Amino acid sequence: MTEITKHQPETIYIKPSSGLAALNLRDLWIYRELVFFMIWRDIKVRYKQTLLGAAWAVIQPVLTMLVFNFVFGTVAKVPTEGIPYPIFSYTALLPWGLFTAALNTASRSLTSNTNMVTKIYFPRLVLPLASVLGGLVDFAIAFVILIVMMIYYKVTPTAAIWTLPLFLILTIVTALGVALWLSAINVQYRDVNYVLPFLTQFWLFLTPVAYSAKVISAKWQIVYSLNPMAGVVNGFRWALLGTNTGPNLNMAVSIAISLTFLISGLFYFRSMERTFADTI
Amino acid sequence: MTTAVRVDHLSKRYKIGAAQTKFRYGMFRDVLVDVAMTPVRIVRSIQGKNMRGTGATSFIWALDDVSFDVEEGRVLGIVGRNGAGKSTLLKVLSRVTEPTKGTVTVRGRVGSLLEVGTGFHPELTGRENIYLNGAILGMKRTEIDRKFDEIVDFSEVSQFIDTPVKRYSSGMYLRLAFAVAAHLEPEILVVDEVLAVGDAEFQKKCLGKMGDVAQQGRTVLFVSHNMSAILRLTQEAIVLKKGQLIKRAPSQEAVDFYLASGQAETGERIWEADEIPASAAPFKPVALRLKDQRGKIVDTVRSTEPVTLEWEYQLDMPITGLRVGMYLSTMRGEYVFTAFDTDDAKHFEQFSARKAGRYISRCVVPADFFNEGRYSLGVNASSFGVRRYFMDENALSFNVDISGAPGTHWPEMRQGPVRPRLEWKIEKVD
Repeated sequence: MTEITKHQPETIYIKPSSGLAALNLRDLWIYRELVFFMIWRDIKVRYKQTLLGAAWAVIQPVLTMLVFNFVFGTVAKVPTEGIPYPIFSYTALLPWGLFTAALNTASRSLTSNTNMVTKIYFPRLVLPLASVLGGLVDFAIAFVILIVMMIYYKVTPTAAIWTLPLFLILTIVTALGVALWLSAINVQYRDVNYVLPFLTQFWLFLTPVAYSAKVISAKWQIVYSLNPMAGVVNGFRWALLGTNTGPNLNMAVSIAISLTFLISGLFYFRSMERTFADTI
Repeated sequence: MTTAVRVDHLSKRYKIGAAQTKFRYGMFRDVLVDVAMTPVRIVRSIQGKNMRGTGATSFIWALDDVSFDVEEGRVLGIVGRNGAGKSTLLKVLSRVTEPTKGTVTVRGRVGSLLEVGTGFHPELTGRENIYLNGAILGMKRTEIDRKFDEIVDFSEVSQFIDTPVKRYSSGMYLRLAFAVAAHLEPEILVVDEVLAVGDAEFQKKCLGKMGDVAQQGRTVLFVSHNMSAILRLTQEAIVLKKGQLIKRAPSQEAVDFYLASGQAETGERIWEADEIPASAAPFKPVALRLKDQRGKIVDTVRSTEPVTLEWEYQLDMPITGLRVGMYLSTMRGEYVFTAFDTDDAKHFEQFSARKAGRYISRCVVPADFFNEGRYSLGVNASSFGVRRYFMDENALSFNVDISGAPGTHWPEMRQGPVRPRLEWKIEKVD
C-alpha cells in the first residue's frame, strides 16, 4: 500500500453528462504528449512505402501551380496586381493545401482510429487536433519552394512578413473548426466521406487561390469574405507579396467566421463525444 | 480500508434495432429499398427518431442498476455468460463509454488489458510502438524511458525491437503489446480474458504479472470464463446475469453459485422463451450442443477426437427452403467456416420443405481439425434470398485442448485456426 500512496491518486467520477458539455481543455493539456505522439506517428508513416517519399509534399502544390499557371495565367490571364502568376498562385496554394489536407485527414481521424476510440479513454479532441497539426510538416517543406521562387522572381517580402505566423494560425483554426464538425458527424454518418471531395472542390472555387480577390466587385466583398479561407489567402498574399489585400473589415469578418467555426465545433464535438464509442 | 472503486446504481442502455439489418445478406433488393427509403430516413433522423427504416427502435439494458464496491488492494472476479454485461462494465470503468444512469467513483488511474496493442502501427518499429502505445495508455514520456528496458525484457522481442511490427509473428506482436500494458502500473487494473490468447508459457507470465500487481496493493478486476483462474486469483467474485448483479460472495461460493445456476458454459446453450425475438416465428431455437464421440456434452473439445455439433429447433409451421447452419469463428472474430444442413444436393431436395415439428440438425467436425484456443459457434436459420428467421453469431463458445495433436512435441503456438494432421512424405532426392 505504501508504494502507491507516495503520490495521492486522483479520484475520478464517472457519471452521465447532460446538457452543453464543458470543454474540459485541462484534460487535453494533460494528454498533450499524446498529441505530439500522434503527430509524430502520422508523419512517420505518411510517406512509408512510397517511391517519392516526402517529395509529394512539394509535387502536389507545384503541379497544381503549373496547371493553374497555364489555365489562369497564360490562357485566361487573370489579373494579379503585377505579380508573376506562378508565385501569385503558389502563395495561396500553400495555406490551401494545408487546409484541405487537414480537412481530409482530421475528418476521418475518429473513424480511422476506431480501435482507440472504442477501447481507451483519452480526450477525443486529440485525434483531429493531431491530424490538423501534422500537416504543418508538409507545409514547411512546400514553403522552401516558395522561398526559392521568391529569390528567382526577385520578390522581396514585405514589412508585414511578421504577420505570417498569425495567418498560419488562422489557417489551423479554420481547418480545425470545420474538421471538428465533420469528424464528429462522420462518426454517425459516413456520408461525410462522400461529401469531402465535393466540399473541398467547391470551396477552392470560392477561395481566391487561382484568382485575385480583387476581381470580386466591392459590394460583394463582404459576402465573399464569409468564406474564412478568403481571409487566410488574402493575408498570405499581403504578408508575403505585398498585395493590396491586407487587414480590413472583410478580413475581420473572415476571422470572426473562423473563430465561430472553432468554438461551435469544439462544443459540438464535446457534446457528441460521449456517444462516439457506442455509435462509431 | 479505502474504497478504490465504487459503482453506484450503474445502468447502461444500448440502442438495438439497427443491428437487425447489420448481418443481412447484401441483396440487390435491399439496396434498392435503401435508396428508396432515403427521404424517409432523413426526415426521421431530423425528428430524432431511429436511423434505420426498420420498425421501432428497441433498447437493451446492458447494465441494469449494478452497485458494488471494491476496496483497495483486492482482486475481484467478474463472471457471467456472454452478453451478461461484463465487457460493458469494464468499458464504463475505463471511461470508454458513458453510463446512462448511476455513477462510478474511481480512485486512481484505471489501466485495462482490454486495450492490448491499441494504436500499434504496423509500419512503426517495436521501439516506436512502445512509445506510441505508452502515450496512448496515458504514460508520460519519462515514465516510458524509465521502464523501456523492462518492457523489452518482458516482451522477449529485444532482437527485433527496431523491426517494423508488421514483420512480427502474431505471438511476438501480442507479447510486445501486453508488455506495454502490463507496465502501465495503474492503481486499478482491469483484465478481460486476454489470457485466452498466446502460448501457455506466456499466459503463465501474464497471470504472474497480475498476481504481482495485486501483491503491490493495487486493485484488480478480473473477468474470465476460466473458473479455475478465478478461484486461483481472486478472493471475491460477482456474478452478472443480463446486466444485473445477482451474486457477490467469496470466490468459491460465487463460482459454485454460477455453475449451479446453469449459466456457465457447459457445452450446451438452451434458449429461454424471452431470448427468442418475435421475428423468428415460426422458427424456434431450442438448444445447441457440443458432444464428444461418446455422446457426452462437453465444453472443452479434444482436437484429436471428432466433435458433434447439434442444434435442436422447433418449427411451429411448415417452412419451405429452410436451411439451418453454423458459423465457426475464433475469439478474434475470424471465420473458420460456415456450413448449412442442406449444403448437400441430396439433402437440399429431400428437405426442401419441412413440416412443423421438432428437428435436430447435426454435423460432425472430424478429428484433427481445430487448433488450440477458444472458438465461438454461431447459428443461423434462413430461407435463402427470402428471409432470415434467426441468427445468433455467438451462441456458444468452447475451448480446444490439443494434447496429442500433430507437432505438440514442440512447445510452441501454431498459427492459424486449424491444425490438420497432414500426410507428409520425406524423400531423399539426390
